[in-house]
Amino acid sequence: MRIRPRGPQGIVEGDLTPMIDMAFQLIAFFMFVINFSEVEQDQRVTLPASELARPPEAPYEQPLTIHLTDDDHFIYGGKELTSIGALRSDLLQETQIIKRLTNKDIADVTVIIRGDEDAKTGMVQRVIQIAQELGFEAFALRGKQSDIPTLGGERQMQPE
Amino acid sequence: MKFRNTDHREHIVLQMTPMIDIVFQLMVFFVFTFKIVLPEGDFNIRMPSAQTSTASAMSESPLLRVRLRATPQGELARVQFGDVVLDGDAPFYHLQTRIRDLIGDEAGPGSSDQEVEIDADYNLKYRFAMNAITAITGYVDDNGEQHKLVDRVRFAPLNE
Repeated sequence: MRIRPRGPQGIVEGDLTPMIDMAFQLIAFFMFVINFSEVEQDQRVTLPASELARPPEAPYEQPLTIHLTDDDHFIYGGKELTSIGALRSDLLQETQIIKRLTNKDIADVTVIIRGDEDAKTGMVQRVIQIAQELGFEAFALRGKQSDIPTLGGERQMQPE
Repeated sequence: MKFRNTDHREHIVLQMTPMIDIVFQLMVFFVFTFKIVLPEGDFNIRMPSAQTSTASAMSESPLLRVRLRATPQGELARVQFGDVVLDGDAPFYHLQTRIRDLIGDEAGPGSSDQEVEIDADYNLKYRFAMNAITAITGYVDDNGEQHKLVDRVRFAPLNE
């Protein structure tokens, strides 16, 4: 049996161009959408929607974010707190740190309240109340931006 | 003149492996740091504690009161603006209309120094309080432009 001699084998190269194109497009996409800001969001809280909720024009200098879940728990500084007393003592600690380490007035510190849409309004008021007792005056009630009107009514019936 | 034959040029193979390595590492980094941030916005209210606010509470305009009554389940039972009970399917829309009529926003957005106090039942779901704040603080016209109505909103002292 006669074996035919094989010809010289070239290096088989896959065409990498489409893959590299795709990879670069993905990188470009992620680079544009990446957000390094420390946004304090929590999946346990579903914010109430409002068409007027707009992001602040300038970031708050030293905000404190308090989350309030629908089962009356608080999330502050990554910890879940089950009582208002625990939140109060944590806030008290925070005010002492602010007073000691910064020359900022407590009244100028913004307390951001991220309340769940099903949380009790009274609980939000209690958070505001204990913050007031500790000297906080500026509050930001956070809502989810909505493109559709949340108040109901018939906007189309308004005179044009 | 004799030209050298240039046909047997050396085949240059580009080393793609390091580049692809880096590209994939970048992709992995971006994929893992990617987080979806929902658009959120704030309602800024300034609420000093009762002791400090008594001095600044003297306002020329009378305080407007919005009462939000809740069912035992925390749903909205009734909205009352002053002495007027707002009935219908969209009480917050009617509230907004009344505030617009009262303040007369033709004078310019945010021109009023009126203060509104929200007196909500303790167990009322927070989304209704947010609706009330939306109705009081402004509205979005048909062109999608935001107009301010009342800047000064506060909660009534807590009564459980």
